[in-house]
Amino acid sequence: MMPVNDQGVGPPLWLLAELTYRCPLQCPYCSNPLDFAQSKDELTTDQWVSVLRQGREMGAAQLGFSGGEPLVRQDLPELIAEARHLGYYSNLITSGIGLTDAKVDAFRDAGLDHIQVSFQASDPELNNAVAGSRKAFEQKLAMARAIKDAGYPMVLNFVIHRHNIHQMSDIISLCERLGADFVELATCQYYGWAFKNREGLMPSAQQLELAEREVNDYRRQLGDSGSAMKLIFVTPDYYEERPKACMNGWGSLFLTVAPDGTALPCHSARLLPIEFPNVSTQSLRSIWYDSPGFNHYRGDQWMPEPCRSCDEKGKDFGGCRCQAYLLTGNADNADPVCDKSPHHDRILAARRAADHATAGLEDLTYRNANNSRLFFRS
Amino acid sequence: MAKTPRLRPGFRFQWEPVQNAHVLLYPEGMVRLNDSASAILAEVDGQRNIEQIVARLEQKFPEAGPLAVDVCDFLQDALQQHWVILT
Ligand code: SF4
Ligand code: SF4
Repeated sequence: MMPVNDQGVGPPLWLLAELTYRCPLQCPYCSNPLDFAQSKDELTTDQWVSVLRQGREMGAAQLGFSGGEPLVRQDLPELIAEARHLGYYSNLITSGIGLTDAKVDAFRDAGLDHIQVSFQASDPELNNAVAGSRKAFEQKLAMARAIKDAGYPMVLNFVIHRHNIHQMSDIISLCERLGADFVELATCQYYGWAFKNREGLMPSAQQLELAEREVNDYRRQLGDSGSAMKLIFVTPDYYEERPKACMNGWGSLFLTVAPDGTALPCHSARLLPIEFPNVSTQSLRSIWYDSPGFNHYRGDQWMPEPCRSCDEKGKDFGGCRCQAYLLTGNADNADPVCDKSPHHDRILAARRAADHATAGLEDLTYRNANNSRLFFRS
Repeated sequence: MAKTPRLRPGFRFQWEPVQNAHVLLYPEGMVRLNDSASAILAEVDGQRNIEQIVARLEQKFPEAGPLAVDVCDFLQDALQQHWVILT
């Protein structure tokens, strides 16, 4: 059994360090807050080192460096070395833009365990259109190869939406050619920019069904050939009747630290009308165990009906708080993905809209500082 | 038995004091290991072959009796999960 305190709260085993919101790309499904450009403060190197030390002491073993694009932080090699020294398994989550062969090697020597490169599509045209950058695809391919050559496990991530969901086989065969160990085909989750762009991103039920079939066929082939490449297909919860057990429960395993030091139970929780603590004024331990923000949705006392009297509440914890907030205006509500939710019609409406959507890539709102300014809160 | 198991590249076996357990870490994942899995993986160093691993474990745990079957079963499973490779 995992050690827990008197309140039944276990340690944060996963720490996600969002080093910066700066990023050269403009993915329209970016999970960063819409008003990211308003938050320019970033923790210093010393502050990050202190966060890493405190997290490790509390039991965190998995560490993600993400963003924005973490490569824009000049102190990344230093943070990687510190992470290795502390005993973390460290993951760099990058678009590959700004990476070089020399950096790939230097990070490995500093002790980085794994680099995940995200792609936008299996061909340059679509990839670059979605990323909002003309040279992105070639660079990503080159870096995927460099990562393999340096001896890292290769993990490729594709965010899937209605404009690339027809490419499943092409995407998987590209990954096979590159020698990937793990492939994540992650359909968009609708937070941040993706929520704003949902109509233009969400696949139709028919598209999804075809894609699932393609993935399953490919998986069978891989199994038959004894390939070690693992395919992870994250299907969109908008097509489920039960919500996901979001983050394995609020404040149960995951601790995210945003660029400015705000500590969050998940990377999109910033959009909730809850006050979250900051690592520059409070210890990570008291943030995790004692802060009102982290205790807000622990346990099930906070649940209204239908979750309160539901026998599945221990399984899905009522779903995702961010989704409840975005779709119903009240984060306490059952996640509308659940067909017991009185707001499930919002999900059904989104599915119907996806059947008839006509928006092209040019109609999406791209994630950049100009567009972000439209969402500033005064 | 003459083959040598090693951890798949990118996989790391380590002791986690807070969890009071050995774990296997890999890209964005972690498995908590039970005592027997930990005892076996602790001997997997990419140098020793299966026979040597069995001998060392039998020496360490004399009360456990012959261990070849248990070790092979576990390694079989670990191979299937792609945690280890054989060379
Ligand atoms: S999703 Fe795209 S735009 Fe957002 S941080 Fe990642 S690479 Fe940058
Ligand atoms: S009613 Fe609430 S607890 Fe029950 S299945 Fe739906 S979301 Fe989960």
